[in-house]
Amino acid sequence: MFKRLAVLALVTIFAATTLQSDTPVRITITGSDTLVRLGQRWAEEFMKRHDDVIIQVSGGGSGRGIASLLNGTTDICEASRPFHEEEYELAKERGIDVFEVAVALDGIAVFVHNSNPIETITLTDLRDIYTGYITNWSEIGGPDEPIILYSRENNSGTFMYFREKVLDDEDFDPRTQSLPGTAAVVNAVSQDPNGIGYGGIAYGESIRHLMVAYTADDEPVDPTFESISEGTYPISRPLFWYTNGKPNGMIKELVNWVLSEEGQTIARETDYVPLHPEDAQANLITD
Amino acid sequence: MTDSNQGTLPFKPKSKLFEGIGSGIIRVSAFTALIGIFLIFVFIFKEAIPIFTSEAVQETASLDKMVFKQEFREGRDPLWSWAPNSRQPKFSLMPLVLGSIKAAVIAMLFAVPLAVGAAIYSSEFASKRWREFIKPIIEILAGIPSVVLGFFALIVMATVFREVFGFTYRLNAFVAGVALGLAVIPIVFTVAEDAMTSIPQSLRQAALAVGANKWQVSMTMVLPAALPGIAAGVVLGFGRAIGETMIVLMASGNAPLTTASLFDSIRTMSATIASEMGEVVVGSTHYNVLFFIGTLLFIFTFIINLGGDLILRRIKERIQGKVT
Repeated sequence: MFKRLAVLALVTIFAATTLQSDTPVRITITGSDTLVRLGQRWAEEFMKRHDDVIIQVSGGGSGRGIASLLNGTTDICEASRPFHEEEYELAKERGIDVFEVAVALDGIAVFVHNSNPIETITLTDLRDIYTGYITNWSEIGGPDEPIILYSRENNSGTFMYFREKVLDDEDFDPRTQSLPGTAAVVNAVSQDPNGIGYGGIAYGESIRHLMVAYTADDEPVDPTFESISEGTYPISRPLFWYTNGKPNGMIKELVNWVLSEEGQTIARETDYVPLHPEDAQANLITD
Repeated sequence: MTDSNQGTLPFKPKSKLFEGIGSGIIRVSAFTALIGIFLIFVFIFKEAIPIFTSEAVQETASLDKMVFKQEFREGRDPLWSWAPNSRQPKFSLMPLVLGSIKAAVIAMLFAVPLAVGAAIYSSEFASKRWREFIKPIIEILAGIPSVVLGFFALIVMATVFREVFGFTYRLNAFVAGVALGLAVIPIVFTVAEDAMTSIPQSLRQAALAVGANKWQVSMTMVLPAALPGIAAGVVLGFGRAIGETMIVLMASGNAPLTTASLFDSIRTMSATIASEMGEVVVGSTHYNVLFFIGTLLFIFTFIINLGGDLILRRIKERIQGKVT
């Protein structure tokens, strides 16, 4: 779908450029499918404010974005993970100076049915549940009922992130039922008193979020925009933009606008978690 | 206006030209479909070829790795695992093949008795008026988009079944199979009913004349005679059940299990392609494996449908042979 959108964007841009007399600044943004929707919203809004800029946003995944940056075919790379060591080395080889800026945050909530007495969970228990070592709610203080696992489809960024961060790269228990999209997971858990699921922060009638703690000694934290932006909620991650060298000119203006209150408000309206204002301030590009 | 010399003929001789053009167009359209099917197969298979040729692909997805249990970690039991996006990708096809077969078998167990029963009733017992009422209604079932059946299974059937049978998994092979059965009923019904009504009336009359009642006629005469036709319907229905995607995608739970239970969640071949093809990296091992699954499905359904068609053709020849 993103490919089609990208083609559509290209065609519109082509049509627009042939009509315009003076050559505008072109910026290409490529990468993370998690970020692509936000990237597009930012691009639209930024272009409304600047007639002389054309921004072209496409997805394809963090890997593709990083490859494009290394190949010099994109100005900005969107990524939901940091560069790997090998990628930094490759960049060095090619004379690319990778500049990283966190532009938004993403938190993953864990849902259970309203009737479930469990209120908090540790990351370790969550891992053991999803890898199949804990199979009954009674093992973590709940009723004597089997735990029914719900997950996102195995190609989603959320799935990947959950596997890396929570499962320590172990495989999901094969009993895990995979569903397309957070909405489907929420719907499944809302109908299953023994179910557990994860996804973006979402609210539903008969589900609620579990409070998550790093370990049994830590304070469990509710997933909210505030706790994620403060970094106290354990399952959250920064989403990055990468450029070749410190941005200047129009790209610098774009990055600083994205980090501004206005840009971060758009992030929140698009259901992403904005950066903590102090972090956003600190990330601003100065000369 | 009309030429008086040819007033007796409804067509002018000139129409030969149109006949040529017309039959040409029709011929082309027939071959387009043929070429289309051929090209589809070639394309799907082409994308699966690296499984047989590329060493990099075979490292994780060689034929024996896709078929036999693999030991992924020392000290753990070997297992069949479909986990294409793990740190260590696992491409065992057994959970998917088993899932497809489970769903299709449940669908057939549910659909065949109902469809054949309905066909017997419609062709042997129903009055003409009832028959003309029942037949189109069952055939309308075939026109319901599978996404609608899938949604019905996901929202209504799954909940009702769990309450009635107390399933652990709300979405499971049984729910998906029954929903799939709804899609298969019209296929089996139509073919079986046609087979029964094509049994010559004279045979029935002969049986009735020697004192058989309607039940005896249907069970000892019509049903055995129509058996090949019913078999053809079952085979065609099975082909549909194996290939059907949307219903199983929505109602089966999509968990790649290899358990024997019919009440566990399953993940079928078709649903795997549908849910994973969208975002797979083009040219990756995962991509090749998905196309390999597509090739398998294509071959399965092709053979099954061919089998059904051959049975039907033989019946037709036999009946025509009798009549002449």
